[in-house]
Amino acid sequence: MADHSGMVEKRGFGLWMTHLGLIIGLLFVFFPIWLALVASTVTQADIMDPPMPLLPGDHFFENYRKALVSGINAPVAWMMVNSMIMALGIAFGKIVISLLSAFAIVYFRFPGRRTFFWLIFLTLMLPVEVRIVPTYEVVAGFGMLNSYSGLIFPLIASATATFLFRQFFMTVPDELAEAARVDGASPMQFFRDILLPMSRTNIAALFVILFIYGWNQYLWPLLITTDPSMNTIVMGIKQMFPSGDDFADWPVIMATSILAMIPPVIVVVGMQRLFIRGLVDSEK
Amino acid sequence: MEKRVTFKGLWLPLLLVLPQIVITAVFFFYPAGQAIWQSLFIPDPFGLSMKYVGLGNFEYLLGNPYYRASFVTTAVFSILVTVVSMGIALYLAVLADRLIKGSGVYRTLLIWPYAVAPAVAGVLWLFMFNTRVGVVSWYLGLLGYDWNHVLNGEEAMGLVVVASAWGRISYNFLFFLAGLQAIPKSVIEAAAIDGARFWTRFRTIVFPLLSPTTFFLLVVNIVYAFFETFGVIHTITSGGPQQSTTILVYKVYADGFVGQDLGSSAAQSVILLVIVGLLTIVQFKFIERRVHY
Repeated sequence: MADHSGMVEKRGFGLWMTHLGLIIGLLFVFFPIWLALVASTVTQADIMDPPMPLLPGDHFFENYRKALVSGINAPVAWMMVNSMIMALGIAFGKIVISLLSAFAIVYFRFPGRRTFFWLIFLTLMLPVEVRIVPTYEVVAGFGMLNSYSGLIFPLIASATATFLFRQFFMTVPDELAEAARVDGASPMQFFRDILLPMSRTNIAALFVILFIYGWNQYLWPLLITTDPSMNTIVMGIKQMFPSGDDFADWPVIMATSILAMIPPVIVVVGMQRLFIRGLVDSEK
Repeated sequence: MEKRVTFKGLWLPLLLVLPQIVITAVFFFYPAGQAIWQSLFIPDPFGLSMKYVGLGNFEYLLGNPYYRASFVTTAVFSILVTVVSMGIALYLAVLADRLIKGSGVYRTLLIWPYAVAPAVAGVLWLFMFNTRVGVVSWYLGLLGYDWNHVLNGEEAMGLVVVASAWGRISYNFLFFLAGLQAIPKSVIEAAAIDGARFWTRFRTIVFPLLSPTTFFLLVVNIVYAFFETFGVIHTITSGGPQQSTTILVYKVYADGFVGQDLGSSAAQSVILLVIVGLLTIVQFKFIERRVHY
């Protein structure tokens, strides 16, 4: 590759200063995570006698086993299962209903199509945080408190994904639908055999974003899961603090915090390209 | 924009949109309508019936010093979160953009906080600044500074701001880096050849060309600070001390679920709804403009 930025790229001292600046940034980003990791490997006594050590201790297995198996109110392993079901449910649910309705809006002319389009447009504007009390009442009315459907459905009632797929379907060449029609394919065959395979990357990118969105939910599970066995891990952490936080079981709480980060970190770092694409797509 | 080629059918498309219609109607439009409806009533002291008060709840709220204080708190909080997070992210993105090799490694590491839930970020920062066991508060103590965010409202605000901004660095960094990389290198080279130093180039060329990204991030970050930082506030301060970190979304929760004041909570929801609506319009207007760039 030709050196395009010879005038601009810093060399020698300047280059080192650039790296130094970035490393300071990394320290700011990773210090809280590092400290949590250290705290999850030492004893409660080490932490209660400040300053706590800054290098990991040897109680890793003990703390994580305690968290996963017994936890404080409920086993953390169980909370992770709940979080996983919720995150996957939100991601799959939203993608499926959005693909179907985007297909209908783009490829059919039906009465009420415009109204439908504007109605879902409205949903872009109102995060769940704003309508918590009445949504809670609806969910309670259906007897969906402490249930997975109660955790999932209110969070898929938004049209961001529908818009995304609509935008994408609009860019699919008309010739493909025409060819499918000439060949006598039914609309659903066209959807399944042509549109879905073409949308693979978009679906995957959106899946990454929605999985993290679902996993990291806090307020909603806090409201509707009063039974500790239905807690998700992200909301369960706060429940581990006693009313005065002086005697909080820090090693177990910090082990739980680390466990709560692992799945989304794996997704973000492991699927970095899809993640960045999803981020850019969903803000268009 | 319309498709030229469409399929025929009436029942099939209706069937296809049905799941979304049902879910949106039940879990979105009905509750949103309820919020608007409930905002016009107050329950009697026994919670048995509702009394119509028109805009009474709104008048009461706007005259209520606690609610007005919460408005100010929200404004201060969102501006600080936005400025701190975007400032750090821009600084890191400018540095990463200067690298030809290795910026990918930094990017991979800097996106971690995006994966950390706001509530978990809250717990991490609470741990560092805990008045009894926190490492940072302990070292501050050595320096003679007595950190106590449980009692000091300004320190509490500082802590929730930093914890919220920390979680947002990844997002801002990615968009700034993409914005910087989209600026043609030849423009910057030309300025360099003319003898413009780094800071001059940044001020006169890079920053103006980056303004679409910056405006976009401003709106998105304010929306984030308004609505997605509940977890940070709830884990670190629970709105305290003396409501000094009670942002509007936290107050909807505190009044509606803790205080059981449904009419007031619903009215607050409606006010927030208007604010989100305005922010969304700003965002769309801006994005429309961005298309012309």
